[in-house]
Amino acid sequence: MLQRLRGPNLSFILGSLAFFVVVQILISTGLLNPYWQNILFWGAAMTMVSLGLNLIYGFNGQFSLGQFGFYAIGAYASADITYRWVRNDPSALVVVIFGSILALIFMLGISAFLRRFYGVATLTKFLFNLLAAVLGFFLAVRFINPAIGQPLYQALNGLPQGISQQIVFFLALVGGATLAGIVSYLFGIPVLELGSDYLGIATLGFTIIVKVLLDNTDTLLPFPEMKGARGMVGIPKWTTWPWVFVCFMAVVLVMRNLLHSSTGRAILSVREDERAAELVGINTASTKILAFVVGSVFAGLAGGIRAHDMAFLHPTMFGFLPSFNPLIIIVFGGLGSMTGTIITGFFWIFLLEGLLRLYLPEGFETWRFVVYPLVLLGMMLLRPQGLMGRYEIAFLRRPLPSLRVVKETPPTPAVAPKAEEVAV
Amino acid sequence: MRGRPENLSPEVEARPVVLEIEGLTHYFDSLRAVSNFSVTIKEGELVGLIGPNGAGKTTVFNLITGVYRPTAGSIRYDGAQLVGLPSHEIIQMGIARTFQNIRLFANLTVLDNVLIAYHPHSGYGLADSIFRSRRFREREKVMIERSQEFLEIFGLADRQNDIAGSLPYGLQRRLEIARALATQPRLLLLDEPAAGMNPQEIDQLMELIQFIRERFQLTIFLVEHRMRLVMNICEWITVMDFGEIIARGKPEEVRGDPKVIEAYLGRQAIR
Ligand SMILES: Nc1ncnc2c1ncn2[C@@H]1O[C@H](COP(=O)(O)OP(=O)(O)OP(=O)(O)O)[C@@H](O)[C@H]1O
Ligand SMILES: [Mg+2]
Repeated sequence: MLQRLRGPNLSFILGSLAFFVVVQILISTGLLNPYWQNILFWGAAMTMVSLGLNLIYGFNGQFSLGQFGFYAIGAYASADITYRWVRNDPSALVVVIFGSILALIFMLGISAFLRRFYGVATLTKFLFNLLAAVLGFFLAVRFINPAIGQPLYQALNGLPQGISQQIVFFLALVGGATLAGIVSYLFGIPVLELGSDYLGIATLGFTIIVKVLLDNTDTLLPFPEMKGARGMVGIPKWTTWPWVFVCFMAVVLVMRNLLHSSTGRAILSVREDERAAELVGINTASTKILAFVVGSVFAGLAGGIRAHDMAFLHPTMFGFLPSFNPLIIIVFGGLGSMTGTIITGFFWIFLLEGLLRLYLPEGFETWRFVVYPLVLLGMMLLRPQGLMGRYEIAFLRRPLPSLRVVKETPPTPAVAPKAEEVAV
Repeated sequence: MRGRPENLSPEVEARPVVLEIEGLTHYFDSLRAVSNFSVTIKEGELVGLIGPNGAGKTTVFNLITGVYRPTAGSIRYDGAQLVGLPSHEIIQMGIARTFQNIRLFANLTVLDNVLIAYHPHSGYGLADSIFRSRRFREREKVMIERSQEFLEIFGLADRQNDIAGSLPYGLQRRLEIARALATQPRLLLLDEPAAGMNPQEIDQLMELIQFIRERFQLTIFLVEHRMRLVMNICEWITVMDFGEIIARGKPEEVRGDPKVIEAYLGRQAIR
């Protein structure tokens, strides 16, 4: 155990723990004022979203503009859970959690069933999965919520207030992330079959659809508490530094461990040459869906963190222009570099939302979207591989196995026979 | 039997059929790339597929491995119909191939290239990777060792951590064969493995092919232009032109066949 913790692993863990403690002290003593604390949390959330996108685009090679749609789904879903909870209504919690569980079970069942048939059309697969998911949530709304909603509420509220709040917040974060994952799975089935250009357009369409739906949550959708284009207020401000830290580290560790595994190598192979990957036996379709769903789950989790830090959500936060932020961040940091994404993610928010907002005159906001593309263009021309290229710090680097010690020389045909001996 | 020369030895004819293609036809829009192609390959054979440029050889390989779905015809491997299956399943059933234009995972290491082909046999799941379970560590160690053994066979052991795209051309060709074998095939499809090689390298390659054939008990189906290689190692040959089979037989028979000479002389001489 200890042996595995030596070297880069140990220094990374100690370093991040030290960072955690220092920030916590700064917050407790009031040295880090709410303004900068908000910037830090925002930076963490944006980095998580961007790491997810880097997994999808930088590591798996699937150009997606849908990341902010999943960020929005995570934010609104988790916010709705806690919003209703603090108003004595457990329905959102029950429906999201149990609906997700049922939907996942049904979708797994349907997928296992469809696998028995060869050449099932993508659209059929999509429709069956959609049906499974809808059925799961329908059952949760119709039967599970009336049955266990109130008892669950009583039971959780029987606990000390601090504890029940943390549990509900945890479930809200998990619920938001899972919902984002389920939606991305459903959306990914038909869309990931498209080539990269079409994928970009389709995912951009997804972000726009989500934004339009959020604008009309109170009219088109049955969620009056989200208040459509007026913005959702009254979300409990529950995001604390420990939550941010734990979620952020979870994202980093899950992504690292995923990438440093056989599945991770399969993900990379799809980026390198999808057809070659398929022709060495990799199921490229499911590999792409996996990366897409995991990346979206990261975004959904970040959404929950962000929502409960802001205590306010507005559809414009997830609009067309902001949705380019993660893309800019990963292109800047380096496609295929977690280190680069982490550095640029925090720095981007720190600079644009922190520093410049303080020191630049009012009209700056409008100019940002003139500056972004120009900076991006300059980057593409001057350093297309991004700041970090594919560099990783030691902890995040994929290990290079050491050379094998050879006991005896195996027969190597390259050296053994001469040409004359071969000729028949 | 269809799809085979008549005069093969009874000993070979008694072996089980590995690949049986019948009436294979494929159109690209209105271009008929493969037309009524049939071939039957028995266990342990080394069969050549030759023909002038654009004859449809690569397309046959692409049809076998599920890259395209044929317009008509049947492809049976070990008795199982392959038409309609996705490529990765065909590969996992025991067919491996290399590419005419090398298609390595160029930005990954040499070892990664082989490890990726092991992925379907990795034996651990997502949860094992994320939580670094004991099974993950054990299986990963086994995978790496097996892949390193492969690299040793191909004389690439000391290059395992080099970026695949940085290898010299000849080694990239070797790595591609190593990667194909890591999928643990019974049937190996080689698409112009000698392309771009000098005569000496071709001799080494022939030796390598013979070696892996014995060592892994492979059945091999091979596309090649270089007569030096085809004539030396193939047991029998199928010749295609304009998508159709124009001749079939032992190397020396095919070489003298007027139809074959004409097909080649039409556009290029036999090298
Ligand atoms: N994806 C494709 N779309 C359209 N036409 C194609 C495609 N692939 C191959 N062809 C055409 O099909 C015919 C057969 O091509 P194929 O690549 O199978 O030939 P080949 O025998 O492998 O030739 P070479 O010796 O040059 O490799 C050619 O006319 C080629 O232009
Ligand atoms: Mg070809």
